[in-house]
Amino acid sequence: MWENLGAAFWLVADPTTLLTIFVASLFGFVVGALPGLTATMAVALLVPITFLLSPIAAIASIVSAAAMCIAAGDIPGALLRMPGTPASAAYVDDAHALSNRGDAGFVLGSSAFFSMTGGIIGTLVLILASPVLARFALNFSAFEFFWLGCLGLSCAVFVASEDVLKGMASLMIGLLISTVGMDYGTGYPRFTFGTYVLMDGVSFIPALIGMFALPEILRSLVAPGETHRVAQASMREAWTKVFAAARQYWHVALRGSGIGTVLGALPGAGADIASWISFAVAKRFSREPEKWGKGHIEGVIAGNSANNAALAAAWIPAMVFAIPGDTITAIAVGVLYLKGMNPGPTVFINNPDLIYAVFIVFLIANLLLLPFGILSMKVARWILRVPRQLLMPALLLLAVTGAYSIDNSASGILVMLALGIMAYGMESAGLPLAPAVLGIVLGAIVEQNMIMALISSQGNLLAFFSRPISAVLGVVTIIVWTVPLLRMALRQWRRRRAASAE
Amino acid sequence: MTNGTMIKAMGLAAGLALASAGAAMAEFPDRPITLIVPYPAGGGTDIVARTLGAELERELGVSINVVNRAGGGGIVGTTAIAQARPDGYTLGVIASDISLYKPQDLADLSYENLTPIGQTNELPGGVTVKTDAPYADLAELLAAIEASPGQLSATGAPPNANWHVGYVGFMLAAGADPGGVNWVPTQGGTAGHLDVAAGNSTFSTASLVEARALIESGELRPLALSADDRSAAFPDVPTMKELGIDWSYGLWHGVVGPQDLPEDVQARLLEAVENAANSDNFRNTLIERGFTHLWRGGDDFRDFMISDMAAMTEIFEQLGQ
Repeated sequence: MWENLGAAFWLVADPTTLLTIFVASLFGFVVGALPGLTATMAVALLVPITFLLSPIAAIASIVSAAAMCIAAGDIPGALLRMPGTPASAAYVDDAHALSNRGDAGFVLGSSAFFSMTGGIIGTLVLILASPVLARFALNFSAFEFFWLGCLGLSCAVFVASEDVLKGMASLMIGLLISTVGMDYGTGYPRFTFGTYVLMDGVSFIPALIGMFALPEILRSLVAPGETHRVAQASMREAWTKVFAAARQYWHVALRGSGIGTVLGALPGAGADIASWISFAVAKRFSREPEKWGKGHIEGVIAGNSANNAALAAAWIPAMVFAIPGDTITAIAVGVLYLKGMNPGPTVFINNPDLIYAVFIVFLIANLLLLPFGILSMKVARWILRVPRQLLMPALLLLAVTGAYSIDNSASGILVMLALGIMAYGMESAGLPLAPAVLGIVLGAIVEQNMIMALISSQGNLLAFFSRPISAVLGVVTIIVWTVPLLRMALRQWRRRRAASAE
Repeated sequence: MTNGTMIKAMGLAAGLALASAGAAMAEFPDRPITLIVPYPAGGGTDIVARTLGAELERELGVSINVVNRAGGGGIVGTTAIAQARPDGYTLGVIASDISLYKPQDLADLSYENLTPIGQTNELPGGVTVKTDAPYADLAELLAAIEASPGQLSATGAPPNANWHVGYVGFMLAAGADPGGVNWVPTQGGTAGHLDVAAGNSTFSTASLVEARALIESGELRPLALSADDRSAAFPDVPTMKELGIDWSYGLWHGVVGPQDLPEDVQARLLEAVENAANSDNFRNTLIERGFTHLWRGGDDFRDFMISDMAAMTEIFEQLGQ
């Protein structure tokens, strides 16, 4: 092992590899910071370049670009309330509220620091436990993913602010949107108005851009007077706050990394869902739940540590069984084949030095998140100085470009505009947006896996409890759903008894 | 030299430059070519397009921009290819899905809307079970299907898509009832293999290539390959034809342009794509991934697409009965 580790070290220490890591990080930083451009897109754009690189440099470019992209996605989220990637959407309200209060540096510093923490923990698990975790992940079939999706949906209650009823209404809107497209069981198109454009459902990235950015732009049109800008805290002050948060919320970061690692290793879950679930769990167990949604750092920590941990863990099934957990690893598996490093159990035996080199690259890419975090704080100061009346048209332009570029099609712009206007209406009516986004993310997963499970069990509902992991997840879901109701009933019963005793 | 002759000389030089520019304009291609992929980045079609694109750049001397226009099971991107200006500067890499749209009335889109340039490869399907499954070979699996209709399940694709069609054809060829097994829909072949590995579905009809790592790690066991010849990547796996089932089915990829491409452009593209598709780099990359390298140029490719769609139409007619 030490021999291989030494060989791996020299593979990575090659100047071209190091330069590739740096340039790819910079590239990922720019793509992630532009709203609407995703980590998947950054990686896809790198593919033709990887043809020219050595195997290690090729993998390094993908790993570094993806990690940096997910972390940099917080910049537009915090500053403009326009999440750069779906993974940043869970905590965008808290991040934006903080930066409105003059703490943009604090948010971005925390984002970089806790992304790094999550990424490194995910990488350590990848190094130490790949084969075991991959074998465990293989036990997950439609039944298990159905329950996991249901657990995810119950997060809506936690991510919604005080009013649970409005949160539920918002979730239903999201679920309704997720039913658009080809029906999974029969292949029949639903709510597509006869166009091919909607056959794969409402395109997620344009929807996200529209829902978060457009209301912001519309509001600035409706109420142009509100252009108060807050003085930003100094860099030193921001880092002091980051380290204070690290001392206070280290357990949140650890839990987030754990959730991210496990969900990331399951093929089909991924960084976006990890970020949401970690956010919701952190809020459920938070000592100060009343602060959430109004600019509280805990959610930012939970989400960031989880999504970067998931990003690393998604490589576990990809490396061991060539099963990509998300679109990024799907592209990466393709590149691995192109470079003759066929993923699978044999790569660990045939090319151990290459595998170790990939692990080292993961660590370097995640460590680089910190210096780039400082860069993002500098960029933030610059963006925040731009007057609002100049920023908003530029933002609209970015929103349109981002919505277009996901499928190179104008239909994305229409989706963006339609959902943006819908979101503006929802917010005017006091409906929170986060549960709707969660509904769009999870709706398809819950539905597809339920149909798959029902078809394979031929409609037998007991089958949802007949597999061990599925049974555990099912019981947990039912407890999560019923305990609050039972508690409410108990409270009412006690109150009535107290009233009758008087 | 006086000023006058100087100007004349310059004019002559400019005229010559213009004339040569005109000659170059006639020479196709003189600007970048867009290669549309109707599927997301990183998928099988995308890998084929990007590998081929790199070689094609060398052949044609202009840059090739690979653009992913995913959506609607490939219909969105394929429509974009069909509706592009027929000047040879917008081409596409399509997959076998093109033969499925018309027979199912999904879209009025088929080989007739395109100019075939060349087929580059094939990806044969197979039959894969979990390693500890009680079926030693394909005959035992078929016997089990017959013995307990409606009890076993198969998987690998959404209903009426590629590997499902392969499954139906295999069952019909084996003289079994396709309705006697539950078809569990999955999003893509890898997800199907995963469902079998998780102990849920009995077998998958997706390609062995997508199951390679799972086979190597002893999670899955291949029973048959649905191709005419054995695969170099899986030399021990018998073909269905060897086992007495007259069926072979695979995904395929090929380069096409919009309808009515000018003849000279077609000829130039045919030559360039043929060279690119037969280059060592392209061939090795495909074989390395387990695709079957195969070249059918121009009219051969059109004839193949005609027979492919006829076969699909027949399957859907039998399914509809």
